[in-house]
Amino acid sequence: MSPEKTRELLRLLEANCRRSPEALAVLLDVSVDEVNEALRRLEEQGIIVKYSALVNWDKVQEDRVTAMIDVKVTPKRDVGFDEVAQRISQFPEVTALYLMSGAYDLSVVVEGRSMKEIAAFVSEKLATLDSVISTTTHFIMKKYKHDGVIFDERRDDRRMVVTP
Amino acid sequence: MTEKPTRSRLAQSVASIPPSGIRRFFELANSVADCISLGVGEPDFVTPWRIREAAIASLEAGYTTYTANAGLPELREAIAAYLSDRFGLSYRPEDQIVVTVGASEAIDLALRALLDPGDEVLVVEPCYVSYAANVRLCGGVPVSVPTTKETGFRLRAAELRKRITPRTKALIFSYPNNPTGAVMTEDDWLEILPVIREAGLLVIADEIYAELTYDRPFVSFASFPAAYPQTILVSGFSKAFAMTGWRLGYACGPADLIAGMVKIHQYTMLCAPILSQKAGIEALRHGRGDVARMVEAYRQRRNFFVKGLCDIGLPCHRPEGAFYAFPSVEPTGLTATEFAERLLLEAKVAVVPGDVFGEGGAGHVRCSYATSLEALEKALERMARFVQHIRPI
Repeated sequence: MSPEKTRELLRLLEANCRRSPEALAVLLDVSVDEVNEALRRLEEQGIIVKYSALVNWDKVQEDRVTAMIDVKVTPKRDVGFDEVAQRISQFPEVTALYLMSGAYDLSVVVEGRSMKEIAAFVSEKLATLDSVISTTTHFIMKKYKHDGVIFDERRDDRRMVVTP
Repeated sequence: MTEKPTRSRLAQSVASIPPSGIRRFFELANSVADCISLGVGEPDFVTPWRIREAAIASLEAGYTTYTANAGLPELREAIAAYLSDRFGLSYRPEDQIVVTVGASEAIDLALRALLDPGDEVLVVEPCYVSYAANVRLCGGVPVSVPTTKETGFRLRAAELRKRITPRTKALIFSYPNNPTGAVMTEDDWLEILPVIREAGLLVIADEIYAELTYDRPFVSFASFPAAYPQTILVSGFSKAFAMTGWRLGYACGPADLIAGMVKIHQYTMLCAPILSQKAGIEALRHGRGDVARMVEAYRQRRNFFVKGLCDIGLPCHRPEGAFYAFPSVEPTGLTATEFAERLLLEAKVAVVPGDVFGEGGAGHVRCSYATSLEALEKALERMARFVQHIRPI
């Protein structure tokens, strides 16, 4: 499959990973075998890491709190920020972790069932790490857009039924 | 009391034209609840945010006035740069471009600028429903030049040649075509060019779908040096930039013809809305990425939908442009109108009978795939059930 078609395949899967190889083949105008082969290769190379769903948890009756924590750390000789970042990323509460430029070093996204649970994680696990100098916790109050998707966007077709 | 002689209140030119076939079908479609509409001739995308944002910013800055009749100089410059970059066309912003209220106004202006009563205009059909009516409103005589599925609905020189008379003044066509999705190749243009030159025809080339081609880049008719001095190129922002409601179009051509069009425009429309013009500048300068994304989506839908139509027994040539599939409904034994009406009432899917687009459209229906893949999937399921039900086993 050509590099352009491969990129398009990735875009299609990112938009909706539930599409069958047969449907993808028709959309891309290639054979099903080509799609299957490309998928196998992309998975093997770690380009497709996981097939996941984007859920608006606010609509589900479940307690779930997300916080973004700015962390300042002391980098270590030879390994810089990597060692502490890898250690933090192991915690199951951590759903995302980024090295940042600017006022702080690491941005840690944490999910928990309550603010109390997150507070406990920060004070007992994160802040107590040797390299961690300070933490600033921001709780997410409402999600409007995530992963390129605007939540609760009205999608009514406002067009007429038949037009020229 | 003396009787006054009976005289129609309406002008003959208006009274003589039939109402649009689409209009009749629109009323029927509106009476059916929960139908999936494949009858919509406009993008299902909302105008890209950057373009809407530019209009909002212009409004906030107080741009609420008239503009120059021919359009904001800045917009005309942007149009010239865009046409040069995309299609290799060279037009002077100061006297070869007029900004109009949609491409529809540009077509009307062109016809009014060119025609005297009785002049014949060759109309390549099937085509957008307004051409023939617009010709009649100018006192002209539309002459149909049919295209057929056998030639992929592309215009053939022989068909053109045999309809030229001493009264023939102009030729009007749209490629990529609404409703067939046909696109003319460079060879096709080269075949018809000598006929047009020989007859001295003026050409109105409606290129509103120029950005929407899927298998090869679009070749503008005016890009041939021999065609350039006789061609009025008409285009607009509706289809490529998903800006139908902004009513913004333009025409480019020889300065004398454009001057004639500007004269009519200044006495009728005055100018296109300034907010739309401001938005248009943003679209041309920074909207190409948005166009590319929308074209890619249409391409995928085309692939999916056309294969689906063929699979359910409605043979369909592969449309190379615009966003319409034009399958034949002949295997069902129904006429296009019967098929469309029964499909609407029995399967709740709205398509447009092909014969409303003129000669050559009979036996076909227009299905717009400018709608979500999910809607197309559902529509195909319903159409498959419908076709199976009516087809004699």
